[in-house]
Amino acid sequence: MRISAEKVSWSVAGTQVVREVGADIASGETVALLGPNGSGKSSLLRCLAGLRTPEAGTVRYDGESVRGWSARRTARHVAFVAQDPGADSDLRVSDVVGLGRTPFRDRWRGPDATDRAAVADALERVGLTALAGRPWKALSGGERQRAHIARALAQQPYALLLDEPTNHLDVKHRLELMELLAGSGRTVLIALHDLSLAARYCDRLLLLHHGRLIASGAPAAVLTAERLAEVFEVDAELTTDQLGHPAVAYRGPLGTLPPVPRSAL
Amino acid sequence: MSADPATTVRGPAGTAHAVLLLLAAGALAVSVAGAVRIGTADVGWSGLARVLGGRLGLDVRPLAPLVDSLVWDLRLPRVLMAALVGASLAVCGTVLQAVTRNALADPYLLGVSSGASAGAVTVLVLGIGASTLGVTGGALAGALLSFGLLLLLLRRTGLDSVRIVLTGVVVGQLFTALTSLILMASADADTTRAVTHWLLGSMAPARWNTVVVCAIVTPLGLLVAWLCSNALDGLAFGSDTATSLGIGVRHTRTLLLVVTAALTAVAVATVGAIGFVGLIVPHGVRFLVGPLHRLLLPYAALAGAVFLVWTDALARIAFAPREVPVGVITALLGVPLFLLVLRKRGEL
Repeated sequence: MRISAEKVSWSVAGTQVVREVGADIASGETVALLGPNGSGKSSLLRCLAGLRTPEAGTVRYDGESVRGWSARRTARHVAFVAQDPGADSDLRVSDVVGLGRTPFRDRWRGPDATDRAAVADALERVGLTALAGRPWKALSGGERQRAHIARALAQQPYALLLDEPTNHLDVKHRLELMELLAGSGRTVLIALHDLSLAARYCDRLLLLHHGRLIASGAPAAVLTAERLAEVFEVDAELTTDQLGHPAVAYRGPLGTLPPVPRSAL
Repeated sequence: MSADPATTVRGPAGTAHAVLLLLAAGALAVSVAGAVRIGTADVGWSGLARVLGGRLGLDVRPLAPLVDSLVWDLRLPRVLMAALVGASLAVCGTVLQAVTRNALADPYLLGVSSGASAGAVTVLVLGIGASTLGVTGGALAGALLSFGLLLLLLRRTGLDSVRIVLTGVVVGQLFTALTSLILMASADADTTRAVTHWLLGSMAPARWNTVVVCAIVTPLGLLVAWLCSNALDGLAFGSDTATSLGIGVRHTRTLLLVVTAALTAVAVATVGAIGFVGLIVPHGVRFLVGPLHRLLLPYAALAGAVFLVWTDALARIAFAPREVPVGVITALLGVPLFLLVLRKRGEL
């Protein structure tokens, strides 16, 4: 499913955090949404996931405007994974993943065979099958994150939108998750902080700065030393990893903090 | 159900739950019959059968008219009321704990009971509407007024959990203050005593006309809440995640607030604010059957009904002929039960 934003703007408490963003994510593409803290990544992601109605501009799924869509209709197209959806819940892992079936379920009936199969398949994909019966409270941060991704997969959406899905994961699970998403065949949009991870696994990168989309394109085209200096205020060197993907090596932050005098140590 | 680890459930499976729920319903029926039988005049099972048989037009030897009237006009509506109110309060507590994501939520969180108290006191003490509304009508009017005020204060917000709790507490405090003001300014000792009895909650005022109202409102409310089971599960993870699951969060929260307010208002209007049922029954039942609302709500309704039927029976007979407000008994039994559940869950 193609997701497009046309001049999308969104404000929080009178401050415009997303400014006239226009973007197109093609069907089946894996795209990373990059930008420093407060650049509007999460807000734009929520507008594109149909969780917020933009104050101006239009979000389209396969060319059709989603304005006025019901939550249920949106949920049958797009799954969203929030950044820290922690809950002090007694639900078991398989029940949480089963929540992903909500948009397809009839109010009068319990989960049927299709629902159970979707849950089992999703748990398998994120490697949590063994923890299916665990109470949610007993999971680690990384396990919860993977369970939420399983929940999104159980929703069997055309597109997956994820906000920082890797922040609690260790290196192995980080790589596994990115491979899972990139190989899912679905349209995937991920807000990420890890630039090298984005460059390694994503077809395209979108770079946000102060709510504006300032660059979009292949990783090597978007990630340049000048842009990283301007947007992220870091002194970085762009190299190429053994597989030919751009990789970022940081020398340090740019002129924000004065060096600590030796006498103070 | 297969043995696949992803699909096996802790505890009984679907059909087992159907059987268990039927058993619980049977336990409720037995409780109601038992509670109607006992009291200051124990009529025995045969006496109970003769009263019911006579009313159904069967050819049975009737009891003495006074005893027959005691059982049919006072005790039976009272016990049925206890069952309906118990189910209502338990379900309201369960729903509000999920909607506000607050383990301490109970049916009175929205301030509806304080509104009902203020309405009842207005009628009892000031005599406003005494001829047209009666105490029950006054309490209902007060409850609806306070809930109207709550919705008015919440109307331009996202109905998020903290705001519901805070606004409910504020509205409740306002009406509690009004109640105290009216009592202190105008009431004599006898009226104050009557009001106190009502404030603590007592099944004594239950009659057939109030039971009929409850018997219509309660099942409807329970059904609507049960149909929102999936949404109640999803709300545990916050608005954004719930919305992304296809739950119309604002609509669902509004609907559930209206349903719980209506159930609480109808219950409180007749029997006062009976405490603890709506707080402990949800926790106890959640501990036993797990947090999935699809199962939790029907079990909570049945457990709440059985619990209040027996606590009310205890309130009637424990200090006979003097009657203790049932709210006192529910609190006395509720506190140790609540502590036990917390201890078992490792939260104390």
